[in-house]
Amino acid sequence: MRISEQWLRDWVQPDVSSSELADQLTMAGLEVDKIEPAAPAFEQVVVGRVRTLTPHPQADKLKIAQVDVGAAELLQIVCGAPNVAPDICVPTALLGAVLPGGLKIKQAKLRGVASQGMLCSARELGLADDHGGLLILPPDSPPGTDLRTLLGLDDTIIEVDLTPNRGDCLGMAGIAREVSVLNRCPLTPPVIEPVVPTLNDTFSVSLTAAAGCPRFVGRVVRNINPAARSPLWLTERLRRAGLRSLGPVIDITNYIMLELNHPMHAYDLNKLQGGIEVRWGQAGEQLPLLNEQTVTVDDDTLLITDARGPIGLAGIMGGASTEVDSTTRDVFFECAFFTPITIAGRARRYGLHTDASQRFERGVDPQGQMRAVERATRLLLDIAGGEAGPLVDTCVAEQLPQPATVKLRASRIERVLGMQISDDDVEDILTRLGMQLERLSDGWQACPPSNRFDIEREEDLIEEIGRIRGYNQLPRSASQSRLPLADCPEDQISTARLREVMLQRDYFEAITYSFIEPQLQQQLDPEQPPLPLANPISADMAVMRTNLWPGLIKTLRYNQARQQQRIRLFEIGLTFRGSLDNIEQKPYLGGLICGDIFPEQWGSPRRSVDFYDLKGDVDALLALSGRSYQYRPATHPALHPGQSAVIEYNRQPIGWLGALHPSLQNQLELEQSVYVFELSLTALQTAVIPQAHELSKFPQSRRDLAIVVGAEISAQSVADTIHRHAGERLRKVELFDVYQGKGIAENQKSLAFSLIFQDFSSSLTDHSIDEMLAGIIAGLKQDLGANLRN
Amino acid sequence: MEGLQELAQQADSAISAASDLAALEQLRVHYLGKKGAVTEQLKALGQLPPAERPQAGQTINQGQTTYPAGFEARKQALQLSVLDAQLRDEAIDVTLPGRGYAVGGLHPITRTLNRIEQFFSQMGFTVASGPEIEDDFHNFEALNIPPHHPARAMHDTFYFPNNMLLRTHTSNMQIRMMEQQPPPIRLVAMGRVYRCDYDQTHSPMFHQIEGLVVDDGISMADLKGMLYDFLHAFFEDEKLDIRFRPSYFPFTEPSAEVDIRRKGGDWLEVLGCGMVHPEVFRHVGYDSERFTGYAWGMGAERLAMLRYGVRDLRLFFDNDLRFLQQFR
Repeated sequence: MRISEQWLRDWVQPDVSSSELADQLTMAGLEVDKIEPAAPAFEQVVVGRVRTLTPHPQADKLKIAQVDVGAAELLQIVCGAPNVAPDICVPTALLGAVLPGGLKIKQAKLRGVASQGMLCSARELGLADDHGGLLILPPDSPPGTDLRTLLGLDDTIIEVDLTPNRGDCLGMAGIAREVSVLNRCPLTPPVIEPVVPTLNDTFSVSLTAAAGCPRFVGRVVRNINPAARSPLWLTERLRRAGLRSLGPVIDITNYIMLELNHPMHAYDLNKLQGGIEVRWGQAGEQLPLLNEQTVTVDDDTLLITDARGPIGLAGIMGGASTEVDSTTRDVFFECAFFTPITIAGRARRYGLHTDASQRFERGVDPQGQMRAVERATRLLLDIAGGEAGPLVDTCVAEQLPQPATVKLRASRIERVLGMQISDDDVEDILTRLGMQLERLSDGWQACPPSNRFDIEREEDLIEEIGRIRGYNQLPRSASQSRLPLADCPEDQISTARLREVMLQRDYFEAITYSFIEPQLQQQLDPEQPPLPLANPISADMAVMRTNLWPGLIKTLRYNQARQQQRIRLFEIGLTFRGSLDNIEQKPYLGGLICGDIFPEQWGSPRRSVDFYDLKGDVDALLALSGRSYQYRPATHPALHPGQSAVIEYNRQPIGWLGALHPSLQNQLELEQSVYVFELSLTALQTAVIPQAHELSKFPQSRRDLAIVVGAEISAQSVADTIHRHAGERLRKVELFDVYQGKGIAENQKSLAFSLIFQDFSSSLTDHSIDEMLAGIIAGLKQDLGANLRN
Repeated sequence: MEGLQELAQQADSAISAASDLAALEQLRVHYLGKKGAVTEQLKALGQLPPAERPQAGQTINQGQTTYPAGFEARKQALQLSVLDAQLRDEAIDVTLPGRGYAVGGLHPITRTLNRIEQFFSQMGFTVASGPEIEDDFHNFEALNIPPHHPARAMHDTFYFPNNMLLRTHTSNMQIRMMEQQPPPIRLVAMGRVYRCDYDQTHSPMFHQIEGLVVDDGISMADLKGMLYDFLHAFFEDEKLDIRFRPSYFPFTEPSAEVDIRRKGGDWLEVLGCGMVHPEVFRHVGYDSERFTGYAWGMGAERLAMLRYGVRDLRLFFDNDLRFLQQFR
């Protein structure tokens, strides 16, 4: 909402500067976005009257004007504007003038003819984007008058960003009310006298859908002058509000909207058929609108219709068939009250957003329509002549919003604001805001003005009191808390600790979008159909991720495209699986590594990461819990079938790790192998609380055991077999060598383990260790066909 | 006993001439060993005329104590020089880079959320997280945003075909927490939120931090106190200029936006807040006569941008390593 300060000061005259005014509005909840001059800086531009106009001898498109600028001598000015004509008044830049953008006007010769200035368009003065030629000033403008004075251009535009509850401030009347309240100065609104009808003509209106449109004020005005132009004051006020001039009738309806916050519509009376009926749409009805768009309406849309069908989307936009044009002589004004609920969301449904719909959605004063039409009629008669019929108020009174009465308890004010406000101050503030107050024993009964749709309950009144008093006047109490006994569950690992592990292992944390390109999602998790967004912002953010890999892969590619070779990333976030009926949103920790194991360095040989590097990282995360997990070879469509595993706890899968499948790597045009993992955050965060066990006083003994087994047998199963056949005195088994090659048959591999034995009651003898070892070896042979390595 | 004197002199000069520990050891054997020169002298003592014996004995005894001392001193000196040489040999260029991993880094948004969480944890707030795919009730209806409310237009919402939606704010967590427990409540919830808007200053996904306090006797003064303290702590600036100005949110009444003053003198909005709307309490079955509460919501990205001087919102979600590496 753009407010002309000059216009505002017609309504209310506080003794404050523009910037103070803007601050006041902001601090009252009408946030000022910016303050800017109504016109850019320029000087030495005056009213010039074209006395005579002669053709340019050398150029068809140029003319030579003799211009009266109020000086003793006429100025000769060469002009190329299409609309230059004798006897018009136009802005004339004198020699020495500086126009917006820095153009300096100097004595010049144009195709051999001297020119002593420049006749200006609105665009050249920075007043509008209009290309249409010279800015035509009223014919009675005195030559020589400074243009800034004539147009009152030394004005300030205050741009206010209104919250949806303050629909009442979408008009000058509402803003002026606020300013008068804030400054305790009187409102001086324009006097609006009823226009005495000189015709009996009326136009029939029926309100079939009275719940949506309980009031429709109409008036016929005949015989206006179609050639009349809007006066400069009017077009200037519209321009400053950001509206273009479209002829007196439309300009007046727009002006009433800006001034009194009543959107109006004007019909060409002679294009209307039968009578107007306000009714609900019938699905499929078509309506060509003023903006040349044709909409097909549904039965939840309120329409203005005549005998031939729809002629307007109620409260949103008029139809093309009955629009006022440059030949219109007879006009029918509409000023209606459409209930907010009837209009809300409808404009958007048709891809529209209009000044009218914005106001009706928020609520306009249901009692102000007569005044608005009187004001519009007066202006139209003044500007374009004509004769007015009687004002007709078609109204279903019981459907109009009833004046709210809201009870306010004095005690509640302090409870909410934390500050005592005296009864006198409460009454003063609310009265200034236009509320009718009735004193009760414990407070007041307040009746807000009919244009305030946001005062429905006690808290709304308390907000008004706090707002007008000023939020900065409210006290601040020292922060204090009734400290609850905070839980500190030791069997829960914080995400902070998990993140710390990743950091220590040189991973960077990424935060990627939760929605992702469907194809990439499909490539990385083809078996899980993703949840699609109904209204994605773009095709590459159309489905919800089902795991964290697509985002990480996308980030990998982004960084590889920026010459990053070594990439280690992790992310913590929700994944979205299941179906729309049964959405699973579960947090995961995912990671990805690619490139060299270490940053390039002098002291360690270069090598690329492999599966076991990633596994080491995963182990580090899992180790925090103190629980034991199993890695089970398993295939995942996105992973290399020979280098992937599912991670299990108690036989329940909690995550995956592996190398990206080589064919997927090719499809994604990734040059190096990529290793990824993903773990359920909930599983990772569940820990056991350590239980200490006794330490043995007796020495431990180590035996090394090298065996040869089939290459397909997993190291884990060998270790498990050793444990199974060893008994409890075997404390620890560590794999320290894996060998395949010379000396070992093909399809076989050698594994070397260190075995640590220890007893709690005695020192172990060589003999007893040998016995245990023999049992283990026999067990390995029997279960896995393993032999001791020679 | 001229020979004794000479022997002593010889030994002295030989010891000081010994160039390494091996040569010194040879000298020790030569003089003090079982068949060493001094030992031989002792053996020869008996053959001396009795008159000379005391004198000679004394000299020899002297030698027996002084020679080993000389050896020991020389030995220590030689050991020291060996150590010196070793240390010289083993000296390395300590400015060469260390081996192995560097340390990675947290995303600046996480870093920001962690600081906020730390502050509010100290103030006795519970930290909660919740679903991002949400239903209309928790995201809108229960927050006093019925269908067709103009505020819905300000939330460009992502929908799923069944009318579920991506939460447009973390305020859904107010409802979810109040549904679960009676007052008192002191809650912060943080996480991802989504709006269908994408340009230089809008990201379709961003992060919010929601706060909620409900108890007996909570007023706007408490809200102001808490948020002033938070902003002073977050920006580590006790003199930070802060202002509360009236605003509008359907789920708070009165509502306010909070601005901080930047270096240039401009005010910048950092959060929205207010007293919990009685209608919200009604939806979760709280008695709004007995309990009052306040709530606020703020954007993590804006706070991170201010704190770390990040100029472009989109940097947060590009995850460019050159950017992330600035937050080790």
